[in-house]
Amino acid sequence: MSIDLDDTDRAIIRALAEDATTNAGELGRRLDLSQPACWRRIQRLREAGIFRGTRVDLDLDALGFGVSVFLGIKLATKGRVSLEDFERAAAAIPEVQRIEHVLGLYDYRLRVVARDLSDFERVLRRRIMTLPGVGNVEANVLLSEERRPGPL
Amino acid sequence: MLDDADRRILRQLMAEPEASAAALAERSGVTQSTLTRRLAALRKKNILKGTRSVIHWPALGYEVAVSLRVTLEKSEPRAFDEFIAAAREVPEVLEIQTFLGVVDVRLEVIAKDMAHYQDIYRGRLLTLPHISEIDALMQVSQVMTRGAVPL
Repeated sequence: MSIDLDDTDRAIIRALAEDATTNAGELGRRLDLSQPACWRRIQRLREAGIFRGTRVDLDLDALGFGVSVFLGIKLATKGRVSLEDFERAAAAIPEVQRIEHVLGLYDYRLRVVARDLSDFERVLRRRIMTLPGVGNVEANVLLSEERRPGPL
Repeated sequence: MLDDADRRILRQLMAEPEASAAALAERSGVTQSTLTRRLAALRKKNILKGTRSVIHWPALGYEVAVSLRVTLEKSEPRAFDEFIAAAREVPEVLEIQTFLGVVDVRLEVIAKDMAHYQDIYRGRLLTLPHISEIDALMQVSQVMTRGAVPL
């Protein structure tokens, strides 16, 4: 850990993780900082790599993506199929939202969106089951989700 | 209820949430006033819920990320509610999801290192109520995250 944070820095990180559109003036007023002082702190946090990017949160249901599924995937022929081939092919599927390489029961964890269960079946059969090296696949359909602020 | 212009705007916004209004309008093929009006309408309908910065926890010293998969005792009717309420009290829990499938609940947990993870696991997670089975997937690397759905 290379960066020292005080309570004000932590409050800034929390605020931007809630709403990235908050500007330095507004955030400064809330935290009793001048706009330039707040801006400098935000810059310092950005330069330290505290943020990995910005995300738009959408109501996926309203946009016609009624189903999210978490997949656990075991590769069948480890060692023979390259992990890069699997990762490249999986990343090219537009419905795949997230790919994690993991240790444990499975080799990869994928998050997939689909319009409905029959659309998910299409993605699973045509795109996921045909990935290079794919073996055992476990699917869990997401019912609810909440994000927590984390240890700040 | 969404038309093509809404879709184009959302596609551009998902691709680069921090782009200026002028840039978003140009890429979506609408005027800036149309863009502003459409975004306000999408916000009002709560289709556009917000924009958030994603914290890179390793930069804050949290090097370990674990996906904890839990099966609950289904004979206990309040198992889900009580488990989730207790999991919310653990600061290192970043996400809580419930599922239809093999797994009932998933917790995304972070820790500073393996020793810290072991403390949390033994002291705070194994003690959560109504656990029937529990297994862990340790994150080796995040290969890809996509901020966009195929609209």
